[in-house]
Amino acid sequence: MLIAILAIAALAVVMGVLLGYSALRFRVEGDPVADQIEAVLPQTQCAQCGYPGCRPYAEAVAKDDEAINKCVPGGEAVMLALADLLGRDPGEAGGIVEKPKCVAVIDDNECIGCTLCLQACPVDAIMGAAKQLHGIIASECTGCELCLKPCPVECIHMRPIETTVRTWKWPFPASQPARPTETLPQAKAA
Amino acid sequence: MTEYALILIGTVLVNNFVLVKFLGICPFLGVSKKLETAFGMGLATTFVITLSSVCAWLVNEYILAPLDIVYLSTIAFILVIASVVQFTETVMHKTSPVLYQLLGIFLPLITTNCAVLGVALLNLQEQRGLMESMVYGFGAGAGFSLVLILFAGVRERVTVSDVPEPFQGSAIALITAGLMSLAFMGFAGLVTQ
Repeated sequence: MLIAILAIAALAVVMGVLLGYSALRFRVEGDPVADQIEAVLPQTQCAQCGYPGCRPYAEAVAKDDEAINKCVPGGEAVMLALADLLGRDPGEAGGIVEKPKCVAVIDDNECIGCTLCLQACPVDAIMGAAKQLHGIIASECTGCELCLKPCPVECIHMRPIETTVRTWKWPFPASQPARPTETLPQAKAA
Repeated sequence: MTEYALILIGTVLVNNFVLVKFLGICPFLGVSKKLETAFGMGLATTFVITLSSVCAWLVNEYILAPLDIVYLSTIAFILVIASVVQFTETVMHKTSPVLYQLLGIFLPLITTNCAVLGVALLNLQEQRGLMESMVYGFGAGAGFSLVLILFAGVRERVTVSDVPEPFQGSAIALITAGLMSLAFMGFAGLVTQ
């Protein structure tokens, strides 16, 4: 009886030590899933998803099951890439609202040169100095609309970019996954 | 060598743990919604069954049998299996974090997969040697993976097909599983052991 108890206890202790060692040996630093999600995101740090940047959004998707369709600059391609990576259903959040690509423009007559929009711009696409007219570098502007709110005179407007031969670009990211249209279950709703 | 091949065919096809012996039905239905997850689950379970059947054999041979406490085999095997599963979980969290997240609760639940304990206990009952136990364990895992992957493939098709409303969801999955089980009965005469 005593031998049986001792033997099982010893076995349990040995297994416990082995598991403790393997937990140390294979310790996971940080959140590897969030890293992979962040690699898919376009890194514009535009905060249109409602998080302060791409990293916080990636962490929210990895941990709290945040919807995968909130990345506006990434659009449908990023949503499908995330669905593929995480094994989620791309249709679960009701698809993505594609907005026309916009660029911010400053109304020359109204700008007072307050520099507030410079501090708000995540990609430094606004040039200017105090009491000087500010200008927007259109090629850098991601259309995130973050500069609209700080402007005290509301002189910044969003202007949609027309797709012409000069402005057309390959969709981002370049490797767009195949659209799984035939696997979407809501297609046959009875 | 022929002997091992026969054990392998016998466990994978003829006496398949899921479809013929009806062990391990829970992950079979729970993780078969997507092909990739099923593949990962199959690999993890195969690894756990093979490793735990070897560990269980060693524990039985060098601890339980000499001390004459073979009647404690079930509790000792459960201890071994739980440790192996925990080890697999730790390693998988490190090596393949997305799969770790996809499998979720079903990964620790391999502990309660009755096929794992079933293999260890059957090995003890049939008094198999170390190599035989290992091959038997691997065969059981491979059979589980094969059936799980086949079933996941079928289920992916069933999801998009036009199923009558009362049969949708688990009902059609169970009917499919039953039909697959019937199909596997066709292997019954392949190896007689």
